Amino acid sequence: MHYSAWQIFKNGLTGGSGWKPFWRTPEPKKKYDIIIIGGGGHGLATAYYLAKNHGINNVAVLEKGYLGGGNVGRNTTIVRANYLLDGNSQFFSHSLKLWEGMEKELNFNTMMSQRGILSLGHSDGQMDSLARRGNMMISQGDDAELLSKEQLKEFVPYVNQEDPRFPIYGGLLHKRGGTARHDAVAWGYARAADRLGVDIIQNCEVTGMVISNGTITGVETNKGIIKADKVGMAVAGRTSQVASMAGLKLPIESHVLQAFVSEGLKPCINCEISWGAELFYISQSDKGGLVFGGDIDKYNTYAARGNLPAMENVMEAAMALMPMIGKAKVLRSWGGIVDMTMDGSPIIDKTAITGLYLDGGWCYGGFKATPASGWCFAHLLATDIHHDVAEKFRLDRFEKGYLLDEEATGATPNLH
Amino acid sequence: MQSLKGQRMKLKNLEPTNNSKKIYFTFDDKKYFGYLGDTLASALLRNGVKIIGRSFKYHRPRGVLTAGSEEPNALVSILRNGQINPNIKATEVELYDNLISTSQNRWPSLKFDFLRINDFLSPFLGAGFYYKTFMWPKSFWEKLYEPVIRSAAGLGKLSPVADNSVYEKAFAFCDVLIIGAGPAGLLAAKTAAITGIQVILADEDFVGGGRLNSETFKIDGQECSQWAQNELLKLREMPNVRVMTRTTILGVYDGGTYSALEKVGEYSSEAIDHLPDSIFWRIVSKKTVLCSGSIERPIVFKNNDRPGIMMASAVRTFLNRFGVIPGKKIIVFGNNDDARRTVFDLQSKGVEVIAYVDSRDKVEKIKNTRCFANSVIVNTNGPMTLSAVTIRTGNTITKLKCDCLAISGGWNPSIHLTSHMNNKPIWNETINCFLSRPRAVPNMEVAGSANGVFSTKMAMTSGVFRAREILKELGVKFQNIRVPETENEDYNCEPLWQVDGKGRAWLDFQNDVTVKDLKQSQKENMTSVEHMKRYTTQGMATDQGKNSNVNAIGVMAELTGQTISLTGTTTFRPPFSPVAIGALGAGGDGKRFAPIRKTTSHNFNEERGSPNIEAGLWMRPNWFPKQGELHWRESCDREVNMVRNFVGICDVSTLGKIDVQGPDSAILLDFVYTNKISSLMLGKIRYGLMLREDGHVMDDGTCARIGQQHYIITTTTAAAGQVIRHLEFVLQVLRPDIDAQVISVTEQWAQFAIAGPKARKLVDKICEQEISNAQMPFMSFLEVNVGEVAARLFRISFSGEHAYEISVAASYGDAMMRLLVSEAELLEGGPYGMEALNVLRIEKGFITHAEIDGRATAQDIGMKKMINEGKDCIGQVSSLRPGLVDLEREQLVGIKPINKEDVILAGAHVYPVDKNPKRINDQGHITSVCYSPTLNTSIALALIKNGHKRHGETLKMVDHLRNSEILVELTSPIFFDSTGSRVRG
Amino acid sequence: MRIICPICGERDLREFHYEGSSKLIDRPDAGAGLAAFHDYVYIRDNIAGINEELWSHEYGCRGWLLVSRDTNTHEIMSTELARDAKFKRSENET
Repeated sequence: MHYSAWQIFKNGLTGGSGWKPFWRTPEPKKKYDIIIIGGGGHGLATAYYLAKNHGINNVAVLEKGYLGGGNVGRNTTIVRANYLLDGNSQFFSHSLKLWEGMEKELNFNTMMSQRGILSLGHSDGQMDSLARRGNMMISQGDDAELLSKEQLKEFVPYVNQEDPRFPIYGGLLHKRGGTARHDAVAWGYARAADRLGVDIIQNCEVTGMVISNGTITGVETNKGIIKADKVGMAVAGRTSQVASMAGLKLPIESHVLQAFVSEGLKPCINCEISWGAELFYISQSDKGGLVFGGDIDKYNTYAARGNLPAMENVMEAAMALMPMIGKAKVLRSWGGIVDMTMDGSPIIDKTAITGLYLDGGWCYGGFKATPASGWCFAHLLATDIHHDVAEKFRLDRFEKGYLLDEEATGATPNLH
Repeated sequence: MQSLKGQRMKLKNLEPTNNSKKIYFTFDDKKYFGYLGDTLASALLRNGVKIIGRSFKYHRPRGVLTAGSEEPNALVSILRNGQINPNIKATEVELYDNLISTSQNRWPSLKFDFLRINDFLSPFLGAGFYYKTFMWPKSFWEKLYEPVIRSAAGLGKLSPVADNSVYEKAFAFCDVLIIGAGPAGLLAAKTAAITGIQVILADEDFVGGGRLNSETFKIDGQECSQWAQNELLKLREMPNVRVMTRTTILGVYDGGTYSALEKVGEYSSEAIDHLPDSIFWRIVSKKTVLCSGSIERPIVFKNNDRPGIMMASAVRTFLNRFGVIPGKKIIVFGNNDDARRTVFDLQSKGVEVIAYVDSRDKVEKIKNTRCFANSVIVNTNGPMTLSAVTIRTGNTITKLKCDCLAISGGWNPSIHLTSHMNNKPIWNETINCFLSRPRAVPNMEVAGSANGVFSTKMAMTSGVFRAREILKELGVKFQNIRVPETENEDYNCEPLWQVDGKGRAWLDFQNDVTVKDLKQSQKENMTSVEHMKRYTTQGMATDQGKNSNVNAIGVMAELTGQTISLTGTTTFRPPFSPVAIGALGAGGDGKRFAPIRKTTSHNFNEERGSPNIEAGLWMRPNWFPKQGELHWRESCDREVNMVRNFVGICDVSTLGKIDVQGPDSAILLDFVYTNKISSLMLGKIRYGLMLREDGHVMDDGTCARIGQQHYIITTTTAAAGQVIRHLEFVLQVLRPDIDAQVISVTEQWAQFAIAGPKARKLVDKICEQEISNAQMPFMSFLEVNVGEVAARLFRISFSGEHAYEISVAASYGDAMMRLLVSEAELLEGGPYGMEALNVLRIEKGFITHAEIDGRATAQDIGMKKMINEGKDCIGQVSSLRPGLVDLEREQLVGIKPINKEDVILAGAHVYPVDKNPKRINDQGHITSVCYSPTLNTSIALALIKNGHKRHGETLKMVDHLRNSEILVELTSPIFFDSTGSRVRG
Repeated sequence: MRIICPICGERDLREFHYEGSSKLIDRPDAGAGLAAFHDYVYIRDNIAGINEELWSHEYGCRGWLLVSRDTNTHEIMSTELARDAKFKRSENET
């Protein structure tokens, strides 16, 4: 069924009796060409592009819970292509282009709102760094502009420039960046993949891998053994656990990132803002809630919930940056488990096990990567060749010393 | 943790006194009055105001549904101190004089809301309709559809100015925390309190007592509300008990930590002296008893959302606590005995109950009212407020006029807090509600109706029992507490998840989610409870699903044919109730966000009119303007020339200083520095490079041997914290065998640079000792006296001139700065600031964290030779990885513009002259820039691919952001005095 | 979270700095080679369960601690001074 205003009108007249399931609930087959472990944004996007770009639809996505129930449904919905380093820059640039065409591609409104990403700077040094980043973005073919503090007074008048602890020197605006409705992305890709014949198997947990002579031939699940020629792991928050089923150890440490949403308010924040004095970012969703967060809690955890010090830091940052929102009330808080790599950049690569591939280590930046990671992981799975824009996301870069360290903090996962 | 028995821990509390004081307030510009002790909701109801807001999607009229913090409908904005406080529940607002409130989410008025049109378009606005449309044409999404959706979104509005509420934060500690001061909580608190241990009793209401304030039965012969107040009074008088009313426990965290919000001065028209609007508490408790009671669930039937339809328990609250009769023609509908209690309470106050409708079949009749057993309500009429209901008994339909319908669907224990640690509640088939798993939160017991124990007597018994359990665990002796005589009835609930039939039946009143939406989501295969919730937005309104979650799960279970247990539930997360960002972020506003660190010369700098600049948390002077200088470059250029030709003084106290002592000091330093320190002679100084274990540069600085086993090392300002932590890590974790101690002395010593050709003359003059070149060659140390003050003199240079740094105890810092400057001025010198400091160091190719940005290696900055291969050091092995020695890496070079007039820009990238300025042609970037008055040109440091081998090459610098493209030449980073003769002379 | 510092007693999480896995205690010898250092610096077990990790009481006594903690529930099983743990390990090796 193709979605459109006409469908809505038609179904409205018939009391909604014509709506069809978004996806089937198939029983798993005995064997597939490719199994993707993880029914989140990346797994579903990969399945879609395998079918769409490579004509491979004998694919199963195995999701241990309900599809889209992991980090794709827990992030702060930011989409941007403002990375600094060669290796990241081209990947996220490709991703942003896919975002821009996503609704048409999937026939699903993921409500991408290109309202702009504004990064603030609070010292000459920070402004120099922003300039370096902005120049990289433009040389990549994306957009960036430097705003003076006077221009910021006009563009974002609610940002405190009266008595800030860290005065604002200026900002870098990335207009094509913005936000999207996270659940819709998962649902959109799931529906589109399902329509192309991919089997999405929910409530199917992978409990082991069938490996012999260094080659994977299938996975053990709570629904039995399912065979496959190739298996791709896309399990944010559980990457180390799933990889360890194949005896693999990774340069990953898992942490919790808390996020918050306020009650719905009439529009008051017109773009996404990232503060420069401390890690803090905020935007306003289409439903009116302020969506915001800050740094990870900084200790290794799988609890998917954080503690008060990190939460208080976020709230204090909010008040320091834009005291106008003091009376907005936090409605919900949650936490997602983020797989922090030792250089803060992701991994899309084969592993030491033939037939086993990895898409993981996305730290807290996996959401914006959804379409490109699906595109590139599908490319790797289908052709065994790395896609150009994901060339540098190798697992062996740590051993070889070709790190992609955006935050420049070294091998400390909680500082990325 | 020792608890201090018997110590007073009282806090003053505001308590309502008598009920007869009249209070005037406005709602939507109309003036009304209420009484002290009213909530805004009770006062509005007493004044016959039934419509208070509009629902989110369909803009249907909304009135008061509940009497508590779970209220989904009666949301207002309060105007106070000139600012709007949006989305406030009228049921929580303590009425105060001159309260100004307005309705929300309606235009142009509450009575005539234009967007009610949505209600008529509802067949087309079902669940998730926006995912299926608004996609074409593409540009319309950004320009039309989205802005319209956004402006319709949200309920309340914020004032566009900085929040002027006063927020505070505090910590509290106790042995036992009792959450909820209802029957269970009061008895639990009493049980714990009389043992003498520290007890905190918290309740979100402004009057403790819970349901006891809303019912009419007797406890030991007393009115239950009176009994509750007496118990509270007794508890308040105990020195080991802190009763915190108006305090909502928001969240449960690890280690017995709870977050809570106490409303203090919020409910007053002007700020009350010395009182914050609210306090955000962090309460740490060894044990907790959750006595949070239950929330009544609505019944789902067609058009069950009209103003005038209220929870039966709320009707009793308004009647018994506030003396408000919510309607003239009241009907009661329920599936349990609380419906009957409502009828009796109303009748006992002389209110006529037109009908009593009960879905159960075996019900006793009630006198003086029409009884409908085995019956349900299948529809209601409006148009704006409730005017009639339709009752179905078997095949018989009865329509009755009424203006108030009290509904009771059963109780949902308030177990939200128990699932904050990720333990999902369990469905109990016998009493048809979700209950907490035992010890879902470590050290927390649940008592009373929150634990599915619904009669008052049993709730009290439960409170005592649970309190005793935790007292046992604390090893505290406890007494037997007598449970008073009071009602002990089962409420006999027979669940009714929905009344079948066509037409929209509401689950979520605020977000307008109906059973129809759930049916649709099921049709579309969104059957998991999480999918259903996110797709329909059920439970995502400001009541956080308190009025809809369980009903929605019940309906979903019926639709899918699964049990409720299997359908499951979503997890609750903090906060239990919405809480202001300002309250949680108290102390973050304005300058309070982070401490300000000042050097000892700060006052001097201000006197000289030097503009301050933030360097991390420090304030440092940017330049020292002289009279007549209008532009900062004038001052900066002058200061650079002054240092190069005479002498300049600069406060460098902010750089990290670490004192290292002990027999193995040299072993430690050899291990953390790449170069050899153990060969450093007494009285000598060496430059040192430190790597991280991953082989990249961590920091650089100097190392001075000031005693046999005593060293002072310096770090950059930015990395001071990181380096001291690193040294402590080495000593305590990696090499506890090393016998050495380290301590930060950054703040203990004030340190000043004295730089320039006349530096030696100045230093010699102020020191008691003779300072000659022979005595103090470059990179040496001497202990000196300046007058009677002991000082440390280091001959080191960051400017490339003959220079020293002199260090005195911080208490002499201000005096030292003034002495140095006055002496310097005698020699045609003076103070210099950060801008000049930066120019001087760039001219000499000295790096800062602009160059060693965390990705640089020793080789990149031309210091590969500093890694002594004869010894191990942190980072030694990892620095040899191919990626770290790859010649294509960006290496430190100097940059000069080909055209002397051109300006180099920091952050610009560099490309081959004949190639497009695209990423694939990127050769590197500019890290630090300045105008060099010494060389009369703009100069810069940069990191360029294979830079060491490309001196002399011409490239182009392109800054896309600032539209600049110039030709530049790569040079050595040492622009001036490449032999270093000035610094050694 | 509240951590019991062996020197200061039970203190709130906000006083502590988390460094990483206790693996960091066992730094390879200089001659161990690139592979050993790669494993030490980068590879982590990242267990969902009881882990040993290194913290420091940065806003208190600045003591480094070896903490045994369940990463699923945050329950802290034990804490000891890192240097004591290191000495024990060295003794075990000899």
